[in-house]
Amino acid sequence: MIARFLKDEGVEYIYGYPGGAALHIYDALFRQDDVKHILVRHEQAATHMADGYARASGKPGVVLVTSGPGATNAVTGIATAYMDSIPMVVLCGQVASHLIGEDAFQETDIVGVTRPIVKHSFSIRHPSDIPTVLKKAFYIASSGRPGPVVVDIPKDMTAPTERYEYVYPRKVKLRSYSPVSRGHTGQIRKAVELLMSARRPVIFAGGGVITGRASEALTALAHRLNLPVITSLMGLGAFPQNDPQSLGWPGMHGSYESNMAMHNSDLVLGVGVRFDDRVTNNVNRFCPDARIVHIDVDPSSISKTVHADVPIVGAADHVLNEMLNQIGQRTEAQESLDEWWEMINAWRAERRGKLYEPAASGEPLKPQQVVEAVHRATHGDAYVVTDVGQHQMFAAQYYKFNQPNRWISSSGLGTMGYGLPAAMGIKLNYPDEHVVLFTGEGSFQMMMQELSTCKQFGIPVKIVNLNNASLGMVRQWQDLNYKSRHAHSYMESLPDFEKLIGAYGFKAITVNTADELEPALEEAFRSKDELVFLDIHVDPREHVYPMQVPQGAMCDMLLSKTERT
Amino acid sequence: MRHIISMLLENEPGALSRVVGLFSQRNFNIETLNVAPTDDPTLSRLTVTTHGDERIIEQITKHLNRLIDVVKLVDLTEGAHIERELMLVKVKAQGSARDEVKRTADIFRAQIVDVTPSVYTVQITGDATKLDAFLQAVTPLGVLEVARTGVSGIARGDKVLSL
Repeated sequence: MIARFLKDEGVEYIYGYPGGAALHIYDALFRQDDVKHILVRHEQAATHMADGYARASGKPGVVLVTSGPGATNAVTGIATAYMDSIPMVVLCGQVASHLIGEDAFQETDIVGVTRPIVKHSFSIRHPSDIPTVLKKAFYIASSGRPGPVVVDIPKDMTAPTERYEYVYPRKVKLRSYSPVSRGHTGQIRKAVELLMSARRPVIFAGGGVITGRASEALTALAHRLNLPVITSLMGLGAFPQNDPQSLGWPGMHGSYESNMAMHNSDLVLGVGVRFDDRVTNNVNRFCPDARIVHIDVDPSSISKTVHADVPIVGAADHVLNEMLNQIGQRTEAQESLDEWWEMINAWRAERRGKLYEPAASGEPLKPQQVVEAVHRATHGDAYVVTDVGQHQMFAAQYYKFNQPNRWISSSGLGTMGYGLPAAMGIKLNYPDEHVVLFTGEGSFQMMMQELSTCKQFGIPVKIVNLNNASLGMVRQWQDLNYKSRHAHSYMESLPDFEKLIGAYGFKAITVNTADELEPALEEAFRSKDELVFLDIHVDPREHVYPMQVPQGAMCDMLLSKTERT
Repeated sequence: MRHIISMLLENEPGALSRVVGLFSQRNFNIETLNVAPTDDPTLSRLTVTTHGDERIIEQITKHLNRLIDVVKLVDLTEGAHIERELMLVKVKAQGSARDEVKRTADIFRAQIVDVTPSVYTVQITGDATKLDAFLQAVTPLGVLEVARTGVSGIARGDKVLSL
C-alpha cells in the first residue's frame, strides 16, 4: 500500500536504509519498478538527500528508515529541514503494535523524540488508514510554511492478516489546518502607502519567497518602485544578484552595503523572513529608524523577534502581486529615492576592491578566490551546495546567485555533514546540471562514507574541498575572542584525500597554488558525468569579513583584521 | 499578566504532549492545566493559565494555533468570562478546630464531603483567588493534603468556542 501510494503521489526517488521493522515495506518496494530506492550508508544522509532535492525542486523529499537507531540517526536531518522549513516526509518503521512500550529490540518512541522538530507526526493505527495518513503527511509537509512530517509505521500495519482495498485519496481535508494564501487587503493598502512615502526603504526577502515561488513578483515590485533588495541567506537567488538593485545578504557575515542600508533605512519590507539573530544582531538596536512591514505565511513568525508595524499574513506571491495591483491604481507620486541610492552607492564604493587580497604567486590560495574561480568555471549557474563553516560563508559571499533554488545550505541549524548528501540528492534528480559542493575537511569527514553511495548509484557531484587543516570558523572565533587559543580546532592526521577518493574509484586533484587552480577547475568541470574531488589547500589564517560585532547594531562590523566601522 | 487560554484539541494520542511540549520548548510557563473530552467525543477541551506580557501571550497563541492538533483557541481573559476551579482539601478536624473548619467551610460555601474522627475533606469551587483565600484561612488549622483541578473557563454571553 505504501509503495502504491508513493507511486500515485508521483514520488520518483526515496532515500533510506532497511532494517527489521521496515522489511515488509522494503519487500513491497522490491516487487515494483516505479519508485526507486537509494541506499545510503547512514540514515542522516538519507534525510539530507531528501532535503537537498526538496530545496532544489520545491517538492517534498521522502525518506524511509527502520525503527530505533534507524530513526534516531535521521533526527539531525529532520531538525535541519525543520529549521529551514523544508518539505520532507520521513517514513519510520516501528516495532509491532503489541510490543510498543515494552522496550522491544530496536524500539524508540520516535514520534516523541522528534516532536519539537517536526511540523507534525502520525502513528499508523490501522492498515486501512495508510493511504489517508500518507496523503495528509504529504499535504502538511508541502503546504503553508513547509516542514518535515514523520510517519511512524508499526510492523504489523504493513503485513495485515486481512486484505484492504487501496484507493488513492486525491484530496484530504483537515478541520484544524488550513494555510492562508490571500493577505488582508486593508493591511496590504497600509503597506503600499508606507512604501510610496518612504525615503529610505529596503526589501528584505527570505526563504519564504523561494518556497512560495514569488521571485518574479518580488522582482517586479522592486523594479516598479526602484527599491534596493537585500535577501537573507536562505533567500539567496530570490532576487538576481547581477541586478543593480541587489545589495546582497545581511547579518553576521553579510555585505557592508546591505548591513549599512538596512540599519539606516526608514522602512523594511520583510517578505518570508524570520528576522533571526544572525541577521538582526542585538535586536534592541535593530534598525532604529525603520518601520517594519512583515509578510509571512506563518503568523507565528511575525513579531517573534522584531515587532511588525504592519503584519500581513499570506502567501508571498499573492501579497506581492496584490501590492503591485494596488500600486498600479494609485495616482500620487512615489517619494524620490535618489538621495537614498546615492547613500547606498557611496557604501558600495567604500568597500569596492577591498574585500580580500588574492594570493600572490607562490603564496597559499585564498578561499575567496577559489569560490570566484568556481563561479567563472560554472558560468554562475550551478547548483551550489555547502557544508557549514567559513567555506559556507565564502561560498555565499562570492558565488553570485541569479536564480532561486540554486543555493542549498543548512542555514538555521548549521549542520556539518549536510553538504555531500544534499548535493547527491540534487544531482540524482538533475543529472544534466553541474552540482558543486563547497566543503571543508572538517564537514566532509562527517559524511564521507556517502562516496560509497555515489559509487553504487553513479552520482557525479563535484566536490571543492577548501582545506585549511582546521575548523576555520571555530578558529576564527578563537582568534577573536580567546586570544588565539586554538582548542581542538585544528585537524591533525588528515587523510591523503587523493588516495581516499581513489579508493572509491573517483578522481581527486590536489591544488596548492594559484597557478594550479585554473587547470584543475577546467579538468573538473569538463564533463557533468564524472565525480571529481578538488582538494584545495587554502590559507588557514584567513577570516570571514565583514563580521558583526557582538551585541552591536547591524552596522557595527569588523571589516578586516585591522578595520572596523 | 495572567491569561486563561482555552482550546479545542483533536482527541488523538500525543495531542496533549504537543501542547505541553510547546510550552517547555519555547520557554513559556504553565501555571495550571486542565483537559477533558467534550460533548463531541473527537474533541478535548484544554485550558491553561499562564503569565506573560502582550508579546509573549501573542506568541503563545500563535504557536498553539500552529499545532495541527489544535482546532480552535480562545484567550478567555480578553473578554468577560467565568472561571472555575475545584479543590479538595483534607484538614485536621479535632477538638475546637472541628467546628472552626465547619464554620470556615460554610463561609466559603464549601462542602464537607468526607468525615473521619480526625479529618474533614472539604470540596470547594470557585475562581483561583477564592480557593487561595480558603486555603489561607484553614492553613493554621492544619492542612494535610490539597488536590486542585486547575482552572476551567468559559466566555460569558453568546460567545462560544465550538466548531
